[in-house]
Amino acid sequence: MTAPPIPPAAQPDWLTAGKREGRVFSTLCWLSTWSSVAILAVLLSGIIYQAWGWLDWQFLTSFDSQRFPAKAGILAGLWGTFWTILITILVAVPVGVGAAVYLEEFGRNDRLSRIIQVNLSNLAGVPSIVYGILGLTAFSRMFGLFGEQGLIKTTGIRWLGLDIPLPFGNTVVAGALTLALMILPVIIVASQEALRAVPPSIRHAALALGATKWQMVSHQVLPAALPGIMTGVILAISRAMGEAAPLILVGATTFVLYAPGDISSLSDIKDNPTGLLKAPFDTFTVMPIQIFNWAQQAKADFREHVAAAGIVVLLAMLLLLNATAIIVRNRSQRKMKY
Amino acid sequence: MSPEPLPVRTASSAGLLAKRFTLQRVIERIIRGLLFLCALVSIVTTLGIVIALLAETVIPLPSTGGSRPFFQDVSLWTFFTDTQWSPNFAGDQQHFGILPLLCGTFLIAGIAAMVGLPIGILSAVYLSEYASPRVRSVIKPVLELLAGVPSVVYGYFALTVITPYVLRPIFQNGLGLTVDIYNALSPGIVVGIMILPMVCSLSEDALRAVPRSLREAGYALGSTKYDVSAKVVLPAAVSGIIASFLLAVSRAIGETMAVAMAGPNLPRFTLNPLSGGQTMTSFIASISMGETPIGTVEYKSMYAVALCLFCITLAMNVISQWVMRRYREAYQ
Repeated sequence: MTAPPIPPAAQPDWLTAGKREGRVFSTLCWLSTWSSVAILAVLLSGIIYQAWGWLDWQFLTSFDSQRFPAKAGILAGLWGTFWTILITILVAVPVGVGAAVYLEEFGRNDRLSRIIQVNLSNLAGVPSIVYGILGLTAFSRMFGLFGEQGLIKTTGIRWLGLDIPLPFGNTVVAGALTLALMILPVIIVASQEALRAVPPSIRHAALALGATKWQMVSHQVLPAALPGIMTGVILAISRAMGEAAPLILVGATTFVLYAPGDISSLSDIKDNPTGLLKAPFDTFTVMPIQIFNWAQQAKADFREHVAAAGIVVLLAMLLLLNATAIIVRNRSQRKMKY
Repeated sequence: MSPEPLPVRTASSAGLLAKRFTLQRVIERIIRGLLFLCALVSIVTTLGIVIALLAETVIPLPSTGGSRPFFQDVSLWTFFTDTQWSPNFAGDQQHFGILPLLCGTFLIAGIAAMVGLPIGILSAVYLSEYASPRVRSVIKPVLELLAGVPSVVYGYFALTVITPYVLRPIFQNGLGLTVDIYNALSPGIVVGIMILPMVCSLSEDALRAVPRSLREAGYALGSTKYDVSAKVVLPAAVSGIIASFLLAVSRAIGETMAVAMAGPNLPRFTLNPLSGGQTMTSFIASISMGETPIGTVEYKSMYAVALCLFCITLAMNVISQWVMRRYREAYQ
């Protein structure tokens, strides 16, 4: 015979209820937080599982195939992405950094700068497909200004050995300009933050020594802000690299059997140097669009495995970019301490 | 930042300090002008978007050869009240009522909000109130990675993993409902995952901006950690959190690739998440990939839908910024 259990010390109801609520709440918070880790793990492992055995040298070095999943490759997308991103960088980085320098160093308090500032935060929220509409209208079709029915009856100009089609049509340039406009707000805002982090004493010192404003900016402020700017630029570029929606509108083709300018390997550059000039005005595809196309195919092998292999290539390149950004950030933190 | 001009100018100092014409000054002017042009690009972009959207829908440009804008062929009233969207049909069967597209868009955005907002806000509370720095150093990069994954990847995941391996076994085999291969639920879920990092980081910022003194006052009154987090800090940060919700939902509305890949491809006026209707973004994508000739009313309907999308997301962004500004005033 055991003694009847001693009743626990009387505890007011509200106290135990509060404890229980608290435990439920903190468990919920814990679960939600770690669920994002679980989601990432499931996402990556699922994709790697599907791509296993399909991602090989052949996949990286051959063009797409309409009928045979085993022969399909991502070469056209790789070169298309290379050219598009190259031109995007060439346009967006100088313009973005220049705009940030103007807003932070030259026109800090004028009315226009404030308008631009408000405008930037609105532009950052514009859906990417709307940028696609802009690119389609302003670059691919150029508002109907050129062409047979347009106001200016021309279909292109020749300049320094370049054949520039007007309007740009479904070319690399049109896509790259669209992406450049899309990532411009990101680059400007990141560069502004980097410039703001440079202490004013550096500016005062430069000006006190008789430097002009531009000398101060180009010799002192920009070098000091460079790591921060680089980090922002790399993140913006990786966003552009994964983006497909605006390029669909601008007219990137889904099924392409050539690289822009017919340059599909490094030796082609030597054999066919004029291809370098032709590439920006060639039609193209990019990796995300190839993935999109494969995922829409009827054949299950295309839909599941070839698309997954493409995704692994794309993610690997993005990871490489982001790792660079992190290294740049860490290095600068070690080097510069104000 | 530039040194102030001397307040008192005597005759001799005026001669000394007067601006002289030098090459350096000319270069300085030119560079300043170039930088100004760079800054102007963002304004030009906005104008370009507005002109591009309005040219085909409301005010025709002279360069388009006098083609009729969309809203002359379709009145605003039918555009917003007709319950059918069938631009590719001919004659009487052709309808331009945007309601089905709006319905499809808000269905997916709603599912995304139901997935992304609760998880995002609870994670934000955990990161700001409970987590140790070590846990933060693991979770933060994971969230950045989730935010950096391109939307085609999420679309692929919805189409080839969530629909066949999660939704179909549960709803079709388990409950006997029909799950379309292109349904609204699976893109809704992945778009929810896509907006999660954004909700989490913006809400966490809002929670961290709540002054310590409020928390300490709560503890001094004998509150538990739960009381302080849920009844003091969360209400204090509510405007920042609402702003993050609005931004996230506006992003979900504008999301294209995941929805175009895994979402419904027919405009339907339904709220059934297992079938669903085409969204505005995926309609735009599908018509631009099709063979629709430029200048036809079907083609111009793409611009009308894009204009509608632009207005909705812009309104949500502006409201979110307004809410955010109000909240900043409260504690600074």
